[in-house]
Amino acid sequence: MNFSLYDFTPFNQWIDKFLHSHMSSFWAVAVEMTIIGLAILLFYALVGLFLVYAERKVCAFMQNRVGPNRVGPYGFFQTIADFIKLMLKELVHIKNADQLLFNLAPFIIIIASFMAIAAIPFAKGLHAIDFDIGILYVIAVSSLGVVGILLAGWSSNNKYSLIGAMRSGAQIVSYELSVGLSLVTIIILAGTMQFSQIVEGQANGWFIFKGHIPAFIAFVIFLISSTAETNRGPFDLAEAESELTAGFHTEYSGIKFAFFFLAEYMNMFIVASIAATVFLGGWMPFHMGGWAAFNHIMDFIPPFIWYIGKTFFVIWLMMWFKWTFPRLRIDQLLTLEWKYLLPINLVNILIMAFVVLMGWHF
Amino acid sequence: MNSFFKYFSEIFHGVKSLLTGMKVTGRYFFSPGEIVTQQYPENRKTLKMYDRFKGEVIMPHNERNEHRCTGCGICETSCPNGSIEILQAKIDMPDGKKKRIIDKHIYHLSMCTFCGLCIKSCPSDALAWGQEFEHAVFDRAKLTKILNKPGSSIIKDIVE
Repeated sequence: MNFSLYDFTPFNQWIDKFLHSHMSSFWAVAVEMTIIGLAILLFYALVGLFLVYAERKVCAFMQNRVGPNRVGPYGFFQTIADFIKLMLKELVHIKNADQLLFNLAPFIIIIASFMAIAAIPFAKGLHAIDFDIGILYVIAVSSLGVVGILLAGWSSNNKYSLIGAMRSGAQIVSYELSVGLSLVTIIILAGTMQFSQIVEGQANGWFIFKGHIPAFIAFVIFLISSTAETNRGPFDLAEAESELTAGFHTEYSGIKFAFFFLAEYMNMFIVASIAATVFLGGWMPFHMGGWAAFNHIMDFIPPFIWYIGKTFFVIWLMMWFKWTFPRLRIDQLLTLEWKYLLPINLVNILIMAFVVLMGWHF
Repeated sequence: MNSFFKYFSEIFHGVKSLLTGMKVTGRYFFSPGEIVTQQYPENRKTLKMYDRFKGEVIMPHNERNEHRCTGCGICETSCPNGSIEILQAKIDMPDGKKKRIIDKHIYHLSMCTFCGLCIKSCPSDALAWGQEFEHAVFDRAKLTKILNKPGSSIIKDIVE
């Protein structure tokens, strides 16, 4: 066994061989799937807890505050304390709620984000499933979450929940378009929809630099529309707490509320990692053409660190948006999408196609 | 054609104003020295309240134990919830006349809403805001304070 931080493929093959030599191939595959599921579950919980802490700290610093600083050093265990509190809370029984859908909705949301995370390449070989239509798969799966939101709003038997869910539906239907089209811009440049190929294609320069102007416009549009798609501020009018108390999760309590909360942060992590993978090179180190020594130093940093760093940079950008801009009204939200983002996006695809046709990219 | 330019100028103005906002929050993020939150129980020794802070109503005395209160009672009448009581006294002046002075200026901190009307309405500026804010006590009676110190007298140059 040769374990390396730079390429996980030999390690994976070693596990695969080990399992196949000790049991039948059916059980080997079953064990592999369980291992991957547990690993992703662990990663999911850790990242979710850390993101809630990071959000509170970043928000505090942007508002000239200190943020959580009482539980553990720098308040690091605050979210763990919050999580324990949420676990111990009573699950309030809602009268006249549609019990089946009401209990099903948090699981639909969490399963949607769980399925999306499987297709994301964390490092070379650290990739649960590498579809050749990876981007299409992620777009399709991540938009399943809106079904959960609509069900939660509908089954709660509460006007605030229903209004919040309807707003969220209108929002996601519109902004899904921009997310898809801005990714199409990069697919034109990359020539593939497979995540591993996209990352390999950025070995000599990230797509945001390779595709210069149209790629940058696509990156900005992707940031805006993916922020809207994850229902985060300034597009959080699905849960606008000053008007709708909490929107679609008004009636949820305890661990079911925690599911919504966790899914919101994980969706943010997923769109941030897609942005990092598609625009900023994924786990590829930063390379400059012709600077061999510099490139060698960059190669020395493990790919996983590169991936996490880029993802958290994008997450930080999204938090910066949330804690700076005021919330949009529903008509402003739809105006922004249909009158501004969509036409710009379509023109941008044309420009990108022209740039690729003429070979003006690097 | 005009609306075409208007469309793009709207986009640029929008982006510009968004970036202005992001500049402010971004600067705060990278300058933790500007944090205004006070770590209260820890920095109790060094905590200095601001001049504008309304902790309690006090009557400032100078170093000769003299205050500016004439005992006119305007603060008592202007207090909306009756937290001030004025007890007056009469003294004999050297020229044979009787003069009204303050005996006790009683201030019920437990009833005060810190509106500041007494301080604003005082004609001789005898009252002021103090910066003490740790008012928790074990006995309600301790919240009734007598603002003029024992043995104090009025500053000579105060005219009614």
